Amino acid sequence: MTRIVAAAPRAAATPRTARRPLRRTLNTVLIYAVLIGIFIFAAFPLIWTFIISITDSNSVTTGHTVYDFPASLFPARITVANFFNVVRTYPAIERAFFNSVIISGLSIVLTVIISALAAYPLARNEFWGKAVIFGVIVATMVLPTETSFLVNMLSLAHLRQIPVIGPLLGIGSYLGVVLPTVSTAFGIFLMRQAFLSIPQSLLEAARIDGAREGQIFARIMLPLSMPSMAALSIFTLVNTWNSYFWPSIALTGSQDKFPLAVEMLKLKGAFNDNIFNTAAGAMIMMIPILLLFLFAQRFFMRGLEGATK
Amino acid sequence: MNVKSLRSALSSYVFLLPALVLLVVFTLYPVLYGSYLGFTEYTATNFATNQPPKWVGLDNFRTLANDDLFKTGVLNSLKYLLVVPALQLASLAVAVLVNRQLPFIAFFRAAYYVPVITSISLAAVMWDWIYNKDGTLNWLLKGLHLMNPNSNESWLLDPNTAFWAIMFVTFWKGFGYYMVLYMAGLQTIPEELEEAARLDGATPWHVFWRITVPLMQPTILLCSLLSTLSAIRVLEEVLVFTNGTGGPLNSTYTALLYVYKKSFGGLDFNYGLASAAGLVVAAIALILSVLNFRYFREGSARA
Repeated sequence: MTRIVAAAPRAAATPRTARRPLRRTLNTVLIYAVLIGIFIFAAFPLIWTFIISITDSNSVTTGHTVYDFPASLFPARITVANFFNVVRTYPAIERAFFNSVIISGLSIVLTVIISALAAYPLARNEFWGKAVIFGVIVATMVLPTETSFLVNMLSLAHLRQIPVIGPLLGIGSYLGVVLPTVSTAFGIFLMRQAFLSIPQSLLEAARIDGAREGQIFARIMLPLSMPSMAALSIFTLVNTWNSYFWPSIALTGSQDKFPLAVEMLKLKGAFNDNIFNTAAGAMIMMIPILLLFLFAQRFFMRGLEGATK
Repeated sequence: MNVKSLRSALSSYVFLLPALVLLVVFTLYPVLYGSYLGFTEYTATNFATNQPPKWVGLDNFRTLANDDLFKTGVLNSLKYLLVVPALQLASLAVAVLVNRQLPFIAFFRAAYYVPVITSISLAAVMWDWIYNKDGTLNWLLKGLHLMNPNSNESWLLDPNTAFWAIMFVTFWKGFGYYMVLYMAGLQTIPEELEEAARLDGATPWHVFWRITVPLMQPTILLCSLLSTLSAIRVLEEVLVFTNGTGGPLNSTYTALLYVYKKSFGGLDFNYGLASAAGLVVAAIALILSVLNFRYFREGSARA
């Protein structure tokens, strides 16, 4: 409203305002042209892969490959057969999907629990050594970690030799991939920010009522920090679902536990002759994470922004 | 009173214990032990037979100084830094572009972030088709008459182009990430400032360079630092795009690929040498961080 009022006197005062609406329209058109241009740059590989994945491989009449561009962008016949094909001829993808779910699930649960537990005293208690502990956590963010994967791999190999629990924790186990990644300064900071924003009066009231630390944590802090926990969960999911390098070395010798991200490249090699199956495999990996991202992007981006402050 | 504070301290330690144990075992210890290994002779054989690392001083670093492959790797990692200014300028500009109220703007923001959540192995599959000799890039270049119609360039197989092709994927995957960080930074700039400048007749170009950029110094420092560190540490991209070979004629061999190949990715299993190479990369990363701070601190002092 105020904008209209403010614009009116200026419209009367200056002669060049007649051209204003036209220029504004041009400006808008230009902005959208740029936005769409960047959209094509960002999304084209994925869109094209999706189209290939639903193209009936028998109906490519314009030539012999999907490279007959741009004809391949408009498939003559659409099908979901490629998805069934890839699952039937490459059964490892089913197991890889299951592995990805387990590895991501374990990572999310452990990351959120461990971060929340550590963040609580750092946000709310005074105790001897707090400054030192906080300093150590900060320090882990700037450490030269170039050879960490090497030493972690050696540690996991040592862990493997422990009787009974070795096969559960050591190299080639699900927990072995997960454990080195679940305790991070990022997660602890994110949860600490959430806890700091909860009013002190609430805690004092609970303490007067005789609540113990554990009860305050579970009954007050956690429920009130749901948005941050959701953001951390989504962030962890995207990271672990997509991570390639660490799982590929931590699961050495246990190829049956490889997640999709690692299996993906083998799939590409296996289907070098059938680009439709490769594309379908790619979509099996991308669609869950894409849907989740679109569904929860507000949380996700806020979590990312929160981490930079 | 004392008992109470003691109990509070005890419970604090219990809460912190899991996080600290994991941080010490999998983050602190690897850095310390890895640094120590750089000065030792230690191989898979030593590891398998439970022989401790043997201190050899600077031997590994002498070996590195004479290894052409390592020098190629370091040079390529330094060359990879060229992606940083391109990435930062582009993502800052896009952040300014999408940081306004327009119909469908949320859709564009989300779409620009999609490459970030695409895994590197998926990116390798998709971009392989684009860079293929029959791929989209050649189709586009031929259509625009920028390329000989009979040319059969296969971008990832040509030693002259493979490196740049991979770097471009880093750019594609990264600009949405920095865009979000810059958007967070832009929220801290008071709107009145830019509006006032605009009313005074400043062009968008002037507003961007004279107001937005100087006020964004802290965010620019953060993003440029993050981007520099990940560029000097580039590994996954060159690993997946070349199946771990280092590319045609080692043209995409990077310093961290050397660390990986000398430890688990090759036939060497020379953990001592790999750790020494890691230390060199860490030292370069540290120097670059200091330079980043210097440059952007001075920049903000001038503004």
